[in-house]
Amino acid sequence: MKRLPDALLMAVSAVILGIIAGALLMTAIGSNPFEGYYHLFRGGLMNMRRIGNTVAVSTTLILTGLSVAFAFRTGLFNIGAAGQMLIGGLCATAVGLQVALPRPILLVVMVLSAFAGGALWGAVPGFLKAKFNVHEVVATIMMNWIAYWVVYYAVPAFLKGDFLETESRVLPAYASLRVPWMTNLFDGAYVNMGLFIAVAMIFLIRFMLNRMTIGYELKAVGSNRHAALYAGIHVNRNIILSMVIAGGLAGLAGATFYTGYSANIQIGVLPIQGFDGIAVALLGANNPLGVLGAALFFGLLHAGKGFMNAMTGIPPEISDTIIATIIYFTATSILIGRGLNYLARRKKKGGK
Amino acid sequence: MEYVVEMLNIRKEFPGVVANDDVTIQVRPQEIHALLGENGAGKSTIMSILFGIYHADRGIIKVRGKEVSISNPNDANDLGIGMVHQHFKLVETFTVTENIILGLEGSQVLDRRKAAKRIQDLSDQYSLKIDPHAKVEEISVGMQQRVEILKMLYRNADVLIFDEPTAVLTPQETHELMGIMKDLVKEGKSIILITHKLREIKEAADRCSVIRRGKLVGVVDVKKTSEKEMAAMMVGREVSFKVDKKPREPGDVVLDIRNLNVQNARKYRAVKDFSLQVRAGEIVGLAGVDGNGQKELVEAITGLSDTESGSILISSTDIAGLSIRKRNEIGLAHIPEDRHKHGLVLEYSVADNMVLKSYYQEPYSKNMILNEEAIRTHADKVIQLFDVRSGKGGLTPAGKLSGGNQQKAIVGREIDMDPDILLAVQPTRGLDVGAIEYIHKRLVEQRDKGKAVLLISLELDEIFNLADRIAVISHGELVDVVKTSETNEEEIGLMMTGYKWEEAHEATT
Ligand SMILES: Nc1ncnc2c1ncn2[C@@H]1O[C@H](COP(=O)(O)OP(=O)(O)O)[C@@H](O)[C@H]1O
Ligand SMILES: [Mg+2]
Repeated sequence: MKRLPDALLMAVSAVILGIIAGALLMTAIGSNPFEGYYHLFRGGLMNMRRIGNTVAVSTTLILTGLSVAFAFRTGLFNIGAAGQMLIGGLCATAVGLQVALPRPILLVVMVLSAFAGGALWGAVPGFLKAKFNVHEVVATIMMNWIAYWVVYYAVPAFLKGDFLETESRVLPAYASLRVPWMTNLFDGAYVNMGLFIAVAMIFLIRFMLNRMTIGYELKAVGSNRHAALYAGIHVNRNIILSMVIAGGLAGLAGATFYTGYSANIQIGVLPIQGFDGIAVALLGANNPLGVLGAALFFGLLHAGKGFMNAMTGIPPEISDTIIATIIYFTATSILIGRGLNYLARRKKKGGK
Repeated sequence: MEYVVEMLNIRKEFPGVVANDDVTIQVRPQEIHALLGENGAGKSTIMSILFGIYHADRGIIKVRGKEVSISNPNDANDLGIGMVHQHFKLVETFTVTENIILGLEGSQVLDRRKAAKRIQDLSDQYSLKIDPHAKVEEISVGMQQRVEILKMLYRNADVLIFDEPTAVLTPQETHELMGIMKDLVKEGKSIILITHKLREIKEAADRCSVIRRGKLVGVVDVKKTSEKEMAAMMVGREVSFKVDKKPREPGDVVLDIRNLNVQNARKYRAVKDFSLQVRAGEIVGLAGVDGNGQKELVEAITGLSDTESGSILISSTDIAGLSIRKRNEIGLAHIPEDRHKHGLVLEYSVADNMVLKSYYQEPYSKNMILNEEAIRTHADKVIQLFDVRSGKGGLTPAGKLSGGNQQKAIVGREIDMDPDILLAVQPTRGLDVGAIEYIHKRLVEQRDKGKAVLLISLELDEIFNLADRIAVISHGELVDVVKTSETNEEEIGLMMTGYKWEEAHEATT
C-alpha cells in the first residue's frame, strides 16, 4: 500500500503522456485536438445515458482487470481472461436460456455458473503449473482457444438463435442482468447489475489481499515461492487457488457482458475485453482500487470514441491509439522509473 | 619507494553518513595489507575511491609517490590498480577468455587465440588452474573469483584490491585463495584485502589497518597482534570469542534420525544410512566440507524434500509424511542457510515476516482475518528482544535491513516459536563479529533452556565454540560423533575427509 503514491504518479503521468500523444496525432491528421477531446469526453459523459454506457463498458473491464491483477499478485500472468470470460458468458447464457427458475434465483445461478465456468478455465492452467510446471502463459493461451472452439460448437448445437447459426438465442428480459430501475435511471443505457458485482469484487479482493490470511499466503507465494514453501505454506494449492479466483473473476466479466451489456453470445470471437484487462491491471498497478480507476478511464475512452468520430470525423482508432500509447508509457514508466532511481543513486555515489 | 599506494586524510560523506572520516591508508610494495572493520565501517567506500568509483570529498591519493587524480575505473586501470568486487562482474554465458577481454579496446580484442594463450600462461604462472575456454556459468564460484583475479593480471595491475573475497568461498577455497595471494605478492604485486574475518588476516596479511565507523583506529603489525586485540579495535570493546557455556547434562532424545537415505534432485543418493541423535539441552555440531549431504539432510528433516528410506523422529513422533507446517507445529524450528531465498519475503515488512510461520494462528489471525495490531506488537517484541535495527521498526521492508539484522530477525522469529529442536544452518554466514557473538549467545541460551540444537556449519571455529558434541559428515555418511572436549580441529579436519575418530586421533598424536 505504501507504493501506491508512486504507482499513482506513474499512472497519471502515463495517462497525460498518452493524451498528449493523442493530441499530436489529431493535429497531424489536421483535426483540432481540443475539439477532439471535448467530444470524446462528451461522448462518454454528456448525459445519463452516455454515462450509463461508459459505466457498462467499464464494468467488464473492472472484472477482467481485476482477474489479471489478482493473478499477478501471486506471481502469475493470466493471459487467459478472454477465454475465462467467454466460458463464463456461455455458462450464464446457457443457464438463462435453458433453466426455468424464479428471476432472483435464476440470476444468482447464472452469475454463479459464470464464476464456476471461469474458475474451471483458470483451474486447468493453475493445475498444470502446480503439478507439471507448465508455464501459465502457454496454458492460458491454449485455454483461450479451447474456449473459443467450445463456444463455436456449443452455441449452434444447443443455443441456436432463431435466425442466425452464429449466435445464441436472445435472452428474455427476466434472464438479463439489466434491471428496469437502472435502465430508466440511465435513460436506456446498457448499465446493469454487473456493476454492483464488479464494485463488490473490488472491495472483496482488496480485503482479501490486505487483510486475510489467504491474501498473505498468495502474496508470499508471489513474492518468494521458496520462502513460502519453507514457512509451510502450500505453494501449489495457492497457485491453483489464485488461478481459480482469477478465472472466476473473468467469468463474472462474461456474465455482465453477455447477459447484461449484450443479450446473447456470438461464436468466432474471443472477447477483446479479456486482453484489455491486462492493460487495466498494468495501469492500475495490480491494485484493486487502481484497477477501478483504470477501468473507468479506459471505459470512457471506449465509450466516447464513436461520438467523437461522429462529431469531428476523427477516426475512432485515435482513441484506441491513445489507449495503446498509455499502455506503452505505463509499461515503460516502470523502466523510466527504474532508470531515474538508478541515475539518482549514481549521482549520490558520484557525490556531485 | 616506501609506499605503492597512499591515501591521505580521505573524507567521504554520503547523505546522512560520514563513510570515511580523515582516513589514511598506506600500502607498502609487496605486502598484503588488510583492511579490517565491521559491516558498514567504510571499507568498501574507501577502496571504491581508490578504484575511481567514488570521489573523495577531501584528501589526496598518491600512487608510487606521485599525487594522482582517479576519476573513473579506467584511470585506476592505467595506474595499475585492479579490484575484485564483493559481487563478481562476469557474464555467465561467456567464456573465461571472453570475459577477460570484455571492455578492452581494439587490437587487444582481435586475437582471441592469443588472448587465451596469455590467460593460460598467467593461470599457470600463479597456479590458478583456469581453463580459458570454459564457460563462466559452468565453473564454481571459487573459480569465478580466479577469473576476476586473472582479469586484473591481464590488465597488468600490480596493486590488487580484494573486497571481502572469502564471503562466498568454502574453507578449502579460502585457504587456496590465501595461498594464491601470497604467491602474487612474491611475484611483485601488492594486495589490499578487505575483510572482517580475523582468521584470514592472521593467515595471510602483513599489516592491518582497522576502521571503525568511518574512522581509522590504527595500523598494526599482524604478527605482533593477537586476534583478540584486533577484534577489540574493530568493535570498540572487548569481544569474547568463547561463548560462556557451562557443562550441562543432556536430557531426552529430541531429534532422532535413523538409517536415513535421501536422494538429491538428480536422483543421486546424497545422504546414506545416516543416524544421529540430538538430546534436549545439547548442541550437536555437524561438521563437513560443503556439498557432502548437509543440504539434503536439512531438507529431509524440514520436509522440503522427501526421504528415500529410514526415519526421522521428533520427540518420538515419526515425522515422515508430515507436512512442513505440521513439523513446525510439533516443535521444529529452522534457521535456513540462505536468508534471502528461504528466510524472508523481502517485499514484506519485518512485522509480516515475523509471523511467516504463525500468521494463521491466534492471535495473529482469527477466522482468516489478520490482526494487524497483534502482528505489530509481536514484531516490536522480537525487534526489541533480538536487537534488530531497522529504520521504521516493524514497518520497514525486510529487504531494506542489513544482512546482520535480517539474520537476527530470522533467529528471533525461530527462537520465539519456542521450538523443541532448533536447526541452525550456517547461522552466522557473512556476519560481522558483533552479530556473530550475539547469535552464538542466543543459541547457547536455547541449549541452557533445555532445547535441542543441531548446528550445521562450514566454520570449524563456530562448531568448536558452540557444540557439545561434533558429528562429522562425509559423502553423505556419518563418519563419527565425538565430544568436543575430546577432540581438536586437526582431528575433525581429517575426519571431514572420511577418517574415523580413532584413525584421526592416532594420525595426529
Ligand atoms: N552509495 C551510498 N549511498 C549512501 N550511503 C552509502 C553508500 N555506500 C555506502 N554507504 C554508507 O556508508 C557507510 C560505509 O559503507 P561501506 O563502505 O559499504 O562499508 P563496509 O564495506 O565497511 O561494510 C555505511 O553506513 C553505508 O550505509
Ligand atoms: Mg563492503
